[in-house]
Amino acid sequence: MKRRAFLRTTALAGGGLMVAMYLDPAAVLGQEGSRAPAGGANYKPWAFLKIDANGKVIILGKNPEGGQGAKVHLPMIIADELDVDWKDVTIENAPLDEQSFGIQRTGGSTATPINWEPLRQCGAAARQMLVAAAAQTWSVQTSECTTASGRVRHAASSRSLGYGELAAKAAAMPVPDLKTVKVKDPKDYKVIGQSARNQDVPKIVRGEPLYAIDVKLPGMLYAAYEKCPVPGGKVATANIDEIKKLPGVRNAFVVPGGPDLTYTYPACCIGVSLHAGVAIVADSWWQAQQARAKLKVTWNEGPTASNSTDGFNRRAQELSQQPPQIKLYNDGDAGRALAGAAKTVEAAYYYPFLAHAPLEPQNCTAHFVNGKLEVWVGSQTPREGRQVIAQSLGMSDSDITVHFVRMGGGFGRRILNDYMAEAAWIAREMNGTPIKLLWTRQDDLTHDFYRPAGYHFFKAGLDASGKIVAWNQHYVAFGEGEKFAPNTAIGGASFPAGFIPNFSFNASLIPMGIPTGPLRAPGTNGTTFVYQGFIDELAVASGKDPVEFRLGLLDTPRTLLPNTRDAFNAERAKGVLRLAAEKSGWGRRQLPKGTGMGVAFLYAHLGYFAEIAEVSVDNQNRVKVNKVWVAADIGSQVINPLNAVHQVQGSVIDGMGAVMAQETTFVNGRAQQANFNDHRLVRMNQAPKDIEVHFLKTDNAPTGLGEPALPPIIPAITNAIYAATGKRIRSIPIGKQGFSWA
Amino acid sequence: MPFSLNVNGKSVTVDVPADMPLLWVLRDVLDLRGTKFGCGLGQCGACTVHLRGNAVRSCQTTVSSAAGAAITTIEGLSPDGSHPLQRVWEELDVPQCGYCQAGQIMSAAALLRRNPRPSDADIDTAMSGNLCRCATYTRIREAIHRAAGNVSPTATTAEVIR
Repeated sequence: MKRRAFLRTTALAGGGLMVAMYLDPAAVLGQEGSRAPAGGANYKPWAFLKIDANGKVIILGKNPEGGQGAKVHLPMIIADELDVDWKDVTIENAPLDEQSFGIQRTGGSTATPINWEPLRQCGAAARQMLVAAAAQTWSVQTSECTTASGRVRHAASSRSLGYGELAAKAAAMPVPDLKTVKVKDPKDYKVIGQSARNQDVPKIVRGEPLYAIDVKLPGMLYAAYEKCPVPGGKVATANIDEIKKLPGVRNAFVVPGGPDLTYTYPACCIGVSLHAGVAIVADSWWQAQQARAKLKVTWNEGPTASNSTDGFNRRAQELSQQPPQIKLYNDGDAGRALAGAAKTVEAAYYYPFLAHAPLEPQNCTAHFVNGKLEVWVGSQTPREGRQVIAQSLGMSDSDITVHFVRMGGGFGRRILNDYMAEAAWIAREMNGTPIKLLWTRQDDLTHDFYRPAGYHFFKAGLDASGKIVAWNQHYVAFGEGEKFAPNTAIGGASFPAGFIPNFSFNASLIPMGIPTGPLRAPGTNGTTFVYQGFIDELAVASGKDPVEFRLGLLDTPRTLLPNTRDAFNAERAKGVLRLAAEKSGWGRRQLPKGTGMGVAFLYAHLGYFAEIAEVSVDNQNRVKVNKVWVAADIGSQVINPLNAVHQVQGSVIDGMGAVMAQETTFVNGRAQQANFNDHRLVRMNQAPKDIEVHFLKTDNAPTGLGEPALPPIIPAITNAIYAATGKRIRSIPIGKQGFSWA
Repeated sequence: MPFSLNVNGKSVTVDVPADMPLLWVLRDVLDLRGTKFGCGLGQCGACTVHLRGNAVRSCQTTVSSAAGAAITTIEGLSPDGSHPLQRVWEELDVPQCGYCQAGQIMSAAALLRRNPRPSDADIDTAMSGNLCRCATYTRIREAIHRAAGNVSPTATTAEVIR
């Protein structure tokens, strides 16, 4: 679909200039209707910039920020093309206004690929208007003028004017066509590629209120919300009258909840409904919680109360013995090739359900006054959150104002906005009185949209030369009929499909009903362990070095799914593998007994990552990650190298948690992990002291990296444990198999 | 029940139940919202404050046990926000989402007060009660060394290759 983008300029009071890019409103509606996949060419971003008469430049960060750094690096793109010094730029939060800013969503590592081109055009167009204003002032040609550091210069007459002096006049200049606006030659970048700090840090380190949990409104009351321990269960009875008499309690009531969506598997992860429960509103949140402890509820738990991890495990084993239900991808004849293979390898891999656990518990402040609602929230998808409220309460979008603020982490959890619907419902009951709903950590860990577990049963064949000639994979996942549960589907044409002549990839589904959703690097945060672990086994079976074996597998110059967003370029994968091997001294270092190195690579979110871990394991299976090397190819530019390194290092340590300790298990439909004592994150004493990060610049458009650096560390570590001990890890977390951190 | 508290050098009286955790008194009664709630179980350290100069988890500290003692929160760590840890945290751009960082800084400040030149092992011991979901540990460690005037034994490595 063709979309029109155009610039709108406004003269600011006091002689300033405001530049906005606007999307054709009809096209916005088209986008919303089609829900194009994040990262596709269909998304267009918008950003405002303001220059006041004193030359002060304000650039708005358009996306929700929760530590991924887009609030800094998207404005950097505009600032560079505008030709202002970064020290003169102040970043402000954009309001929710997708008509003006385009999609305001945090997810899928999409901020860079979506915004790279339009934000450059936006900055360049504004610069062009400032130049036109100066040229007119001096009666010279624009071609004789240059810009630098927020000034337009005319070298021939040694004159210059600051952007602030030109802003009012520039606002009246003709608006350039974005298609023809001239953007910089990358060699002239002054802001892009230079490290920039997060401007919120001074507030963070002084404890200034920044997050949704810090929002306080006059007369605000606090709410706690008790839901059925089995997701989707309904309230049968509750001792509401007793609760209402408890100290500080202002109100208590049953929320009936919306239609049960747990079995409907909405087409995308945004299909969230309001879960039933009992709300308690009190003068303080602590009093609400004290009252909640005295709550007696009987629940209609519903059909999912029979779910258990043990049951899923048994069913997966049964299904593995049966013909697969769904065909996903086929090349050649894997069965025949297996029969003729010189050597065959069989293995079963597993990764568990997993919670997100952002450190700021879910919360939302809401104020409902006579049909109009205002909410303050940390959400990765504030527009979809507004939609969830509108659907749950039967309101129209235009009666709901959403303010999105800095998030205390997201990791995909804040893509789902169930807590917004809960707060909105409670606020409507309390018409006129603002309320803050705050979940406990227990609420968070037991009412998540979990990363779904997955079971993978492999048989592969090698020929006499050690080359993989056959690959048979039966993926047992969750869903109904042929419909995968949210975030369980795997693209059939994913590597190594296309690189092995006889390839058969099929699936079977277990009915479930547990809410699932996207966790940081959805789709690959579990499967990378599986693929890169099994490939490592094949490398060992072939007698080849694990890096050389992978390079050999990729040595068929080809691109999988060319010209799609999932296009996989084997040369780029080889590039990062070679770089990681070189930097880590792979194969060139003598390691002591009990120490080994493991490698893995991933293509996801348009980026290529190879990671190598050096790990020591003692005779009591205590594991120490000594050092990690990461090589990344995210295209031609690393916009903010400082933040880029932070994202990668954080991903590596986050992934270590999934290796050792994290999982969500179910008994009688109930999640068993309720706090950080049993959902264990990596702690400082367990984190490697050095994580080397190397970026390989290639001639490709820049892409994101909040997610793709995470998955490869998991198999890099498990493969290193194999190298160190000879113990092959086929299931995570490994804490269940006698391992612990040193 | 009224309790006299000494918070950031100021005396205040709060009328709350005796078993109300200090965290909620700070956040919801005294409007000191820099101290964060993460787990309510003393597992994450986001609520760390100083009580009599020691780092404590304010979610596990009742208001009655804190009455009369000197309490310091992130807002009162230094009069003008220029504690060496705050400055070096900015310099190294330590936070990602930032939610845990007040607790991290309060734990680090208590460490430096009793051990001005901590080793890597000292830092690990003192800081392992503070979770960072974004996993900024590499920089937290580096920042503590730098604030202590240590030459850090390890520095993070990053480079961009053309």
